[in-house]
Amino acid sequence: MSDATATTRSRHRLAADLAVPLLIALLALGAWEAIVRWRDVPAYILPAPSLIARTLVTDWGTLWPAWLITLKVTALALLASIVGGVGLAFLFTLSRWIERSLFPFAIILQVTPIIAIAPLILIYAPNTLSALLLCAWIVAFFPVLSNTVTGLRSADRNLQDLFTLYGATRWQRLRLLLAPSALPYFLAGLRIAGGLSLIGAVIAEFTAGTAGQESGLAWRILEASFRLNVARMFAALTLISVTGIAIFVALNILTRKLLGHWHESQLPEHR
Amino acid sequence: MNVQAAPLIEIRDAALSYGNGTVALESVNLSVGQHEFLGLVGPSGCGKSTLLRLIAGLMAPSAGRVSTVSDRSGDAPEIGFVFQEPTLMPWARVFDNVHLPLRLKGLPVAEARSRVEQALEMVGLADFRRAYPRELSGGMKMRVSIARALVTRPTLLLMDEPFAALDDMTRHRLNDDLLKLWSEQRWTVVFVTHSIYEAVYLSSRVAVMAASPGRIVADLHIDSPYPRDQEYRLSAAYGAHCRVVTSALAQAGTSDV
Ligand SMILES: Nc1ncnc2c1ncn2[C@@H]1O[C@H](COP(=O)(O)OP(=O)(O)OP(=O)(O)O)[C@@H](O)[C@H]1O
Ligand SMILES: [Mg+2]
Repeated sequence: MSDATATTRSRHRLAADLAVPLLIALLALGAWEAIVRWRDVPAYILPAPSLIARTLVTDWGTLWPAWLITLKVTALALLASIVGGVGLAFLFTLSRWIERSLFPFAIILQVTPIIAIAPLILIYAPNTLSALLLCAWIVAFFPVLSNTVTGLRSADRNLQDLFTLYGATRWQRLRLLLAPSALPYFLAGLRIAGGLSLIGAVIAEFTAGTAGQESGLAWRILEASFRLNVARMFAALTLISVTGIAIFVALNILTRKLLGHWHESQLPEHR
Repeated sequence: MNVQAAPLIEIRDAALSYGNGTVALESVNLSVGQHEFLGLVGPSGCGKSTLLRLIAGLMAPSAGRVSTVSDRSGDAPEIGFVFQEPTLMPWARVFDNVHLPLRLKGLPVAEARSRVEQALEMVGLADFRRAYPRELSGGMKMRVSIARALVTRPTLLLMDEPFAALDDMTRHRLNDDLLKLWSEQRWTVVFVTHSIYEAVYLSSRVAVMAASPGRIVADLHIDSPYPRDQEYRLSAAYGAHCRVVTSALAQAGTSDV
């Protein structure tokens, strides 16, 4: 199989991957629109997609700033997850002792429902933004941490010996062997953390409730529900979904970029 | 062979037990002279890999002494190690894989580059320097791993069944390549194999091991002259050596029942 046909084929596959779900989404939206019009369903029960789209435009003035806030919290939480997760993972591989003393706390943070901790965090955090960030980070950092720890441990044993044989320094071993070995694991954790940081941000906003002028999309949804403005609820929801999809796609592209040339998970089925 | 010269590897009463209680080696005595080609044969699980790792200094013996001294300086010799599997870094190109030992040793890039090219030339893979390991065949990966072992210009080459996974044709070719390189570079080689024929073809000396506990039960000189080629495979001397090693192995196998 020549390179050209391989590219064409992968392009076809990409087109199919995109076209089929898009088609189904369009069909579903069409059916939705049709049912609402036919049955004359009132907008406060189920708004038609066209109305949601219009609401997106008319309410853009409130939705856009809220979206920015949610985006900001999500992005910062994801960033903090990477820094915190990878940093802790490196610490853990430096010393089993550190791992033994800290890992249980990471697990406790992970298994305690964030909804239950969030009100406390709101009390002690200096401001709403930092409270939101902390909540989202708690939800998102664990997959990065645990995957990176596993990855750093899974370097090939013989390669480890090779590094020993040639007198590699700790830093060389970390940079040239452990980090590349851990990269696929880290990226798998990152893709989970990407979704979780958005979920964390939204949950945190719900819990934070009215607390402040810095309200994100989740608060807009609550607010709209009090006013029975269902169309705006859907509009905000749409933006949240779009954000989630964008994060997913971006992280997949990043994975492909970093692993595409060597890792099994990224190679085409027929090589 | 100049057996009079001080031995490069000196193993005295070495034993090794693993953490789970397995006694992998017991009272192993072995000395390997400069420029010897020692073949190490024995049944699976008898401790060949363990012995090689001891020699490389990757493990310390639980009892006894293992020392390696190079002739000139008295320093530890430069060791090249070829694992049973190719053991390449999948994320790095062939060039970078072979470059690794020099990089770890901090050799200036310009000099390292020419040495890597030389090593790749030696194993006939100069055209594949930009390939990734997954794009190579099993035999080619093995040759990359050999180039990586050679790139530091070792005085001691430790090879753990390097050709075990290859077909006979490829193996014979790589055997000949290895012998040619050995005669040019005058390394000392310890070559683990489970093939009696390969051991007799390559080695100036064959050590036969027995299992549980792992020990050396026979030490046989293969006194056929080098250079050896395919003619040697058909010679009466070759057949005779094979028979001797085979019966030593058979005895090793029955002695512990
Ligand atoms: N890491 C380990 N922990 C515990 N036991 C081990 C370990 N590695 C090897 N052993 C044991 O030590 C013995 C010798 O193993 P070794 O790998 O040296 O054998 P070998 O001669 O190289 O075998 P093969 O020809 O199959 O490669 C075996 O009984 C094996 O079970
Ligand atoms: Mg072995």
